[in-house]
Amino acid sequence: MDHYQSPRNKKETDDPRYLTIHMKASSCVDDIYVQILYENDIVVDCLWHGVSCAISTASTSIMSEMVKGKTKKEVEYIMDNYNKMLQDQPFDEEALGEAIAFINTNKQPSRIGCATIGWRGLKNLLEGKTEEGE
Amino acid sequence: MINAKKIREDFPMYKNVPTMSNQPLVYFDNAATTFKPQQVIDAADEYYRFFCANSHRGDYELAHTVDVKYEEARARVAKFINAETNEVAFTSGASMSLNSIAYGLAPMLEEGDEILLSEAEHASNVLPWFSVADQRRAKVTYIPLTKEGRITVENFKKAITPHTKIVSLAQVTNVLGYVVDIKTLAKIAHEHGCLFVVDAAQSVPHMKVDVKDLDCDFLAFSGHKMLGPTGIGVMFGKYELLKKMKPLMSGGGMSSRFDTCGDIAYKIPPIKFEAGTQNLSGALGLAAACDYLDSIGMDNIREHETKLRKMMIDGLKKIGNVTVYNEGAESGIVTFNINNVFAQDAASYLSYKGIAVRSGNHCAQILLSFLGTDATVRASLYLYNTEEDVRQFVEACASCGEGGNFLDAFFN
Repeated sequence: MDHYQSPRNKKETDDPRYLTIHMKASSCVDDIYVQILYENDIVVDCLWHGVSCAISTASTSIMSEMVKGKTKKEVEYIMDNYNKMLQDQPFDEEALGEAIAFINTNKQPSRIGCATIGWRGLKNLLEGKTEEGE
Repeated sequence: MINAKKIREDFPMYKNVPTMSNQPLVYFDNAATTFKPQQVIDAADEYYRFFCANSHRGDYELAHTVDVKYEEARARVAKFINAETNEVAFTSGASMSLNSIAYGLAPMLEEGDEILLSEAEHASNVLPWFSVADQRRAKVTYIPLTKEGRITVENFKKAITPHTKIVSLAQVTNVLGYVVDIKTLAKIAHEHGCLFVVDAAQSVPHMKVDVKDLDCDFLAFSGHKMLGPTGIGVMFGKYELLKKMKPLMSGGGMSSRFDTCGDIAYKIPPIKFEAGTQNLSGALGLAAACDYLDSIGMDNIREHETKLRKMMIDGLKKIGNVTVYNEGAESGIVTFNINNVFAQDAASYLSYKGIAVRSGNHCAQILLSFLGTDATVRASLYLYNTEEDVRQFVEACASCGEGGNFLDAFFN
């Protein structure tokens, strides 16, 4: 709730060191950009901006805080458990921190896209993909 | 007067899916698609049960029966819009109809010609024209909307130029739901030597549409938005124009002969536009939908929607936390936002209260810059909606307050 009302790291940079990806949902209005400064296997900074509903705003905001300073492997571990939670599978609660707030999304499958759009953008960036995604 | 509760008895969806999120189901997404009455389901089903042969191909009795049924369906649908039977071609829906019209008229366009649309059009009445304009080096131009979002005769006259060759407009726009005075505009367009195309996807299901009275040259609509099956729709065209127009699709059933040199003789309209095996079941279902709507009466349907819409607008005004973008619209479409709640979040919240509405840009992306919002919520009515539906809707909007109450549904 707090992340929705005052989203963290919601800003744009034109610093060329940042990797940028545009994520545009095909089935709703969500249309965001995720930017990371990724150096020596560490996500040094994570920013985002764009048009987004409350669920995607809050989930991307929480993500942007959680992943800062983490290695690719650490981020992937969080992502993996986050996805497991959304799919109602056993997951490591400790890994998820504030992101655990999205646990009910598995009961509202139509909002899974909103709860993961930022995460999916980040995943692409970590895999070196910057082409527009859905 | 419509007895919506009685009408509901004909719709299996209300029996099979009485609730959503444990609340009585309120279906307010009729501009997207509509529920089907048993009569339509039976008619469509009958094809598979009793007449399952291909049309226009066979010499045996069964195939002949299908031909008769299919042509009867065409005549029935033609009557519904007061067209001649040979002026109605079946398509997969309004999108295909509009594509057939746009690509069919493309050869008449020359460099610098203009295709006049409005900013309130659905993607289906914009994108085919973009593509055709690109092909022919023609230009797409727009009628400016009034502050309220309407298309007026005055603005239309300003936008039409000596270069305008085609005008294509929705009779009822799918986001703002205003009824456009097609008859007057078509008359002006014809005085300028233009062809007039009508996207009637949101009008034919909800009001009497008479192509002779409108004097439009082409008209497109979908079956599924008027209680009919999905995958069936209509392209109407004046016969003389259909004769001259090239079909977008070619293939089986629409040519009378062809040779290895590529010379083709097409069959006459409307068969010329029906390449391949048609949606025969869908056509029979659509004819039944016309019967059903006429048995209720289009004027009664319109009156019912107007009454419910007024109740809805009054209710929303009273609760005060809602911005309505089309208060004065004459159709059953209410486009709004709950203040400080993103459209999709509002729609999700309403779903949790049992109410089906649509959020987003409603396939009319150009319009949103006009409205000054990224997205809106759209509630759209039909003959089976009740006053209880409206009350449940208004109450739900009232409880979707500021401060994030709408998120409780998601997080708790």
